[in-house]
Amino acid sequence: MQRIGVFVCHCGTNIAATVDVKRVVEAAAKEPGVVHAEDYQYMCSEAGQLKIREAIEQKHLTGIVVCSCSPRMHENTFRQAAKRAGINPYMVEIANIREHCSWIHKDIEEATEKAVILARAAIAKVMLNAPLTPGTSQVVKRALVIGGGIAGIQTALDIADAGYEVDIVEKTPSIGGRMSQLDKTFPTLDCSACILTPKMVEAAAHEKITIYTYSEVEKVSGFVGDFHVDIRKKARSVDMSKCTGCGVCQEKCPSRKTPNEFNRGLNTRSAIYTPFAQAIPNVPVIDREHCTKFKTGKCGVCAKVCQAGAIDYDQQDEIITVDYGAIVVATGFDTIKLDKYDEYAYNQSPDVITSLELERIMNAAGPTKGHLERMSDHKPPKSMVFIQCVGSRCADKRGKSYCSKICCMYTAKHAMLIRDKYPDVDVTVFYIDVRTPGKNFDEFYRRAVEEYGVHYIKGQVGKVAPQGDKLLVQAADLLDNKQIRMETDMVVLATAIEPNPDVRKIATMLTASIDTNNFLTESHAKLRPVESPTAGIFLSGVCQGPKDIPETVAQAGAAAVKVVGLLAKDHLVTNPCTAKADPIFCNGCSTCEKVCPYGAISYEDQLVNDHGIRETRRVAVVNSALCQGCGACTVACPSGAMDLQGFSNRQILAEVDAICR
Amino acid sequence: MQKVDMAKADRLREMSGVNTRKCMKCGKCSASCPAYEEMDIRPHQFVSYVESGDIEPLLESKSIWKCLSCFACVERCPRDVKPAKLIEAVRQMVVRQRGGNYLSPNEVPELLNEELPQQLLASAFRKYSK
Amino acid sequence: MQVENTEFRPKIVAFCCNWCSYAGADLAGSSRLAYPADVKIIRVPCSCRVNPMFILRAFQRGADGVILCGCHPGDCHYTTGNYYARRRMTLLFSMLDYLGVENGRTRVEWVSAAEGVKFSTTMNEFVAKIHELGENVRLEDLRCKG
Repeated sequence: MQRIGVFVCHCGTNIAATVDVKRVVEAAAKEPGVVHAEDYQYMCSEAGQLKIREAIEQKHLTGIVVCSCSPRMHENTFRQAAKRAGINPYMVEIANIREHCSWIHKDIEEATEKAVILARAAIAKVMLNAPLTPGTSQVVKRALVIGGGIAGIQTALDIADAGYEVDIVEKTPSIGGRMSQLDKTFPTLDCSACILTPKMVEAAAHEKITIYTYSEVEKVSGFVGDFHVDIRKKARSVDMSKCTGCGVCQEKCPSRKTPNEFNRGLNTRSAIYTPFAQAIPNVPVIDREHCTKFKTGKCGVCAKVCQAGAIDYDQQDEIITVDYGAIVVATGFDTIKLDKYDEYAYNQSPDVITSLELERIMNAAGPTKGHLERMSDHKPPKSMVFIQCVGSRCADKRGKSYCSKICCMYTAKHAMLIRDKYPDVDVTVFYIDVRTPGKNFDEFYRRAVEEYGVHYIKGQVGKVAPQGDKLLVQAADLLDNKQIRMETDMVVLATAIEPNPDVRKIATMLTASIDTNNFLTESHAKLRPVESPTAGIFLSGVCQGPKDIPETVAQAGAAAVKVVGLLAKDHLVTNPCTAKADPIFCNGCSTCEKVCPYGAISYEDQLVNDHGIRETRRVAVVNSALCQGCGACTVACPSGAMDLQGFSNRQILAEVDAICR
Repeated sequence: MQKVDMAKADRLREMSGVNTRKCMKCGKCSASCPAYEEMDIRPHQFVSYVESGDIEPLLESKSIWKCLSCFACVERCPRDVKPAKLIEAVRQMVVRQRGGNYLSPNEVPELLNEELPQQLLASAFRKYSK
Repeated sequence: MQVENTEFRPKIVAFCCNWCSYAGADLAGSSRLAYPADVKIIRVPCSCRVNPMFILRAFQRGADGVILCGCHPGDCHYTTGNYYARRRMTLLFSMLDYLGVENGRTRVEWVSAAEGVKFSTTMNEFVAKIHELGENVRLEDLRCKG
């Protein structure tokens, strides 16, 4: 027989002001099974917990009910208190009489009545509680980082420096990501490659880091501490162990008409290629879609010129399966497509470019070798117009609802660099708001205006129209209340950024939640910003929300610390509130297996003693390490064999009965 | 002191279906407007005037007769505010105040032209029947 | 204020999933967004844990309305639980309607952990609806009374 103790908390006046605590104690004391009931100012305090412990020890309680705040707040506190007093921590139930009662009701009579009913329901439930013991699961001491940009590289380096094995999976032929495409970085104007490439080299050389480039995550199963991941290593057609990275194949390749993705399609590349000169690994891949050998079977020039004999046209995709304890998503971003923005003439004129394209034009390794020139006639521009918020802050269906955050700063950077290098070029920026929160950011923007003479005009551009070899820009100047029509040579669009489209697929595989904009959701917007709500999944970089490089690096470090904190544990405590099948009732119909999202249910032949009849039957068995305790199977089970520990059918029915009494 | 007439402002919002609070004051409507130079009150100002309840100047403005109903502002507004619909509502309010000298339905069929956008037709009727 | 005996005080059971709706109810509480005390919440790990049997039992024991709250579609902590709940409840509610328990007495609502306001307005609406429908007389097992 259970011996229950009830503890009612005043929570200062939070509860006591609207709930007559003494009456709750009296009512609870009359419930069957209750042998002790008391109230106290703050149950969660040291003194309050001591009262619980004393009552458990002196009255030999088998279970307790605490009428207090939400179980989401202090359930664990009281479980630990119970444990210290020597009873099973799962013999504790909380009646939420603060958030669900005292805080929302004003009438004392009404609130007290409700508090009594909630206490009654909790007592009825705890009467049916059974001691539960959490299991443990092993932690695989290896982490996976999806994405090899600056976020992924930094996360991997930080985890590896703490002494754990890390794998980076990157879908393009080289790590480096978006940052490798940038020319300079704000607000210090460091050369992007100069600060990134050492990190890439460090990651590649690190003994704890394995890099899989030209690879993609194919399938994920398992759970925190023990994920099983299938990685598809796409066929490079080049043997990585033989290739010396001499680059002759790329020089000699006769098919050179493929748009160069790295240069945002501003020029072309060969079919066998490395994305950029400092690529890591410095091993080219053959783009089979554009290679003449793969299209027609006739060519093979690269194989002929390769002295190392590294070219392998017969190479196949390879799938490897690796186990990980934690997974970090660092899939980054891309700029949005501008097809729906006809007014900016992006698809009509080669002289209308995105900011990322301008980065490539300004870069010494880019399509123009760093000379600022128009893509139409390769003449240097005399005037340039920058348009901000293209596709950001939109309520219509064309753009994104959020602020892309980085555009104000990189536009100021571009304007400043151009005015610095080409002082005769007139630069005008059309803005809605200039947003510069960040260390030295506003000073940077003011320098662009005050020292470099960049014209900032408040007002959006309505239309860009090619006119002869010029571009006609029609805009509003809201401060002077006039319409501007000006001719210019180049227009640069500060295009909104969006999470890499592949992230939705990856989030689905990881069961990580994702918002309507395809940004991964963090576990708590303020207090758990680098963890996904799914245990063991962590977030790094722009996949979680727009951010600049310093923020990305900071978040990458934070994600790495969380991963290290997880990997440092030898085993994890699992939730004991898992499903359990009663072999007597189970008829082995397999219904539960189909609804289980975790694949936690399997079937085995068991010897069952059904009221004296001994026979071997096929019955469901739940792997408690995999089961997360959702209870889907308990309802699906046609014979009522499946039940959820901690939330059993009898317990919930008892609560229903108590409430409807 | 400007005269605030929130009742009329609400009426205009109701007639047009425009939520003036969605405006982020980017000015793209005015930037897009082909009739801008001829207007005394500019498209983006219509939104802020209605938001602040300053309706009288709008009713007297010549802009409402200069608006071409080309809907460039509606098409391009990033916040989906639809300034042209607001201008259209002001026009309608003026027409109604004057006693509603609308076209008679019999006149409509011969004026129809399949090439014309329907909205333009409706606005034109209102404009030229003043 | 003394509640008069003649006044109808409905019994309403709300099943809330632990991850979204229960947290949403907590938020309604900490934001002091009032809803009638007739609503009593039962915490379940996921909306898919709610067995139709629980709802039938509630009506059997004299409940006047039952509402089930879960995470928004696509946001389920267990990925697909709320989809199961949605299907099960669609079938159950149409059967209950057939049995004379009006559709207004049963409801499924998606409430996220950030939607305290929605939780409170939903409960207010639901209680108002139950008041409109009056006491439930169907399915109640009179032997359970007293």
